[in-house]
Amino acid sequence: MARQELTVTVRLFSVARDIAGCDMKKLRVPEGSSADVILRELAKTYPRLDAWVSSIRLAVNEEYVSNEHTLCDGDDVAVIPPVSGG
Amino acid sequence: MVQITHTEIDVQSVFGSVRSPEAGGIDVFIGTTRNHSGRRIVASLSYEAYEPMALKIMSRLEAEACVRWSLVKVALVHRLGEVPTGEASVVIAVSSAHRHESFEACRFLIDQLKKEVPIWKTEQFADGSVERSGSSHGVESGGVV
Repeated sequence: MARQELTVTVRLFSVARDIAGCDMKKLRVPEGSSADVILRELAKTYPRLDAWVSSIRLAVNEEYVSNEHTLCDGDDVAVIPPVSGG
Repeated sequence: MVQITHTEIDVQSVFGSVRSPEAGGIDVFIGTTRNHSGRRIVASLSYEAYEPMALKIMSRLEAEACVRWSLVKVALVHRLGEVPTGEASVVIAVSSAHRHESFEACRFLIDQLKKEVPIWKTEQFADGSVERSGSSHGVESGGVV
């Protein structure tokens, strides 16, 4: 049986958005994927993002998650480079 | 009270929002935009946010401060968009019965805000270059806007 896929919405901010050239995109990943799959996929598409991967945090549905967090279909995943508010 | 605004922060009204007859002191922190970064001259600064998440985390920090210290009222306001140098980008006000709690909570709130809240600064330098800052990383330089 073919492995199921799930679709997530990815939001990109600050430097991640600059590198990707867009602030939002849909990604399809295998069911059971962890959140860091999104980072790996993005770094494949946008190699310049690779230098930022270790400092990027991920949020799912507006909550920070660990890279091991399991994604669900329809999740909203935010790519959060080091923040600099204040 | 937490708020994100795209216009000038009215410091007086933030201060007013935490005034209370129960309070014996109010601590106000005003973060202002610097006109230099190292030796470089900053022409303008702007801030962007993941707004719904930023508001959620700001509310959580407010709640956490109220658990850790005995406070009367708390206000956290961050400005987004272009902020001319010298103006307030963030204002935090805390009132408490005794000053110790206000001082501690105010420092906690600005320190945590800078670490946790998804807000990003972009600095445009007088030499025309643009940088997105990363608090714990390098910078992405060049004409990236």
